[in-house]
Amino acid sequence: MCLGIPGKVVSKGGDFAEVDFGGVKRQVSLLFCPEAEVGDYVLVHVGFAIQRLEEEDALQTLKLLQELGEQYLELEEGGA
Amino acid sequence: MNWRREEPEAARALVKEIARLVEGPLRLMEVCGTHTVSIFRAGIRAMMPPELELISGPGCPVCVTPTGEIDRAVELARRPEVVLLTFGDLMRVPGSRGSLAQARAEGADVRVILSPLDAVAVAEGEPRKKVVFFAVGFETTSPAIAWAVKEARRRALENFYLLPCQRLIPPAIRALLSAGRTGVDGFILPGHVSVIIGRAPYLFIAREFGLPGVITGFEPLDILEGILMLLRQKREGRAAIEIQYRRAVKEEGNPLALGLMEEVFRPADARWRGLGSIPSSGLLLRDGFSEMDAVQAFDLPYEEVKDPLGCLCGEILQGLKRPPDCPLFGRGCTPEAPIGPCMVSSEGTCAAYYKYGGVST
Repeated sequence: MCLGIPGKVVSKGGDFAEVDFGGVKRQVSLLFCPEAEVGDYVLVHVGFAIQRLEEEDALQTLKLLQELGEQYLELEEGGA
Repeated sequence: MNWRREEPEAARALVKEIARLVEGPLRLMEVCGTHTVSIFRAGIRAMMPPELELISGPGCPVCVTPTGEIDRAVELARRPEVVLLTFGDLMRVPGSRGSLAQARAEGADVRVILSPLDAVAVAEGEPRKKVVFFAVGFETTSPAIAWAVKEARRRALENFYLLPCQRLIPPAIRALLSAGRTGVDGFILPGHVSVIIGRAPYLFIAREFGLPGVITGFEPLDILEGILMLLRQKREGRAAIEIQYRRAVKEEGNPLALGLMEEVFRPADARWRGLGSIPSSGLLLRDGFSEMDAVQAFDLPYEEVKDPLGCLCGEILQGLKRPPDCPLFGRGCTPEAPIGPCMVSSEGTCAAYYKYGGVST
């Protein structure tokens, strides 16, 4: 029930924004996330943006994990 | 949840590292229904070494709502002057005198809403009805519910009421640990609850109980990394609350959301299915808003109700039993005809076991 869905802010007016969820657009309250600007990604729960998502952070986590993956692959190849 | 193309290698590496670090029997508990579903969908239980057991705790708001609260909502819904608004997951939870879905089939005006934004709109659109919002949810949802209360006040709506049934996660973890019945070695802490509350409310887990916790995201790789972070703490003899889900969770949470929650609600003792009454684990409207409290406005006493005979939802929510241990699981209690809430909710542990198959560990 605590599902949070990321979407992209496409327009902004007052406390509300239009947010694009992969093609489906919805009105979302920015009351808890007023710093979100057009083009930002926000995490949305029951019609409210609860956090601006740092896209770079997401990519960095993935990169870190990929590096870990490569390290293990090398070890495996070396041991084979 | 499907694995993305680039993920299997990273996952394989994480699983190997997890297997390398496990030193003996270990039980890690997730306290979030979205984690439960993600773990099952991605098959993470099956990837774990045999010593490592993943158990589900009281992490689904629908599941922890006791029958007595469902009964109050059903009773309200059956009053002719009431429109009862609810999140969809609660519709089919059996009360002792039927579910909200049954009440609707019998003519009650029960409506499913997706957002508290809709709740205010319904009340404004139907001034001659008494509109009651059955407010179930954890800290993730309560700020949005607080907005509805404040907005109803701002629009001077006199027909908007709240049936407050929200619950708070940290007091439930404290109750679980204090009871000492559930052997837990660490917690996979909820991601979106923590977006709101931040890291500090969990510190007691490490300080008072000496256990590690990692606030974890919902992608399969997030969960594997969260488990790995817990194992590293164990290996290093540390107990701390760490954040894996850094792309969404800030140290301090979301102060604007917390501020509104604080303005509208005050903590109060609350009943949980399986766990009984837990101090300061629920939210009630503060004095300035209490005339919107449906329990007071409609004079609804709480009646304690026993769980259906044989139903082990209470034990399952504490991680004391697994769904296959329940005599009703798959034999009378199925997602199509559920008896207990853990089978009703899409995020319930029993529903996840039933849908994805339990792996014995």
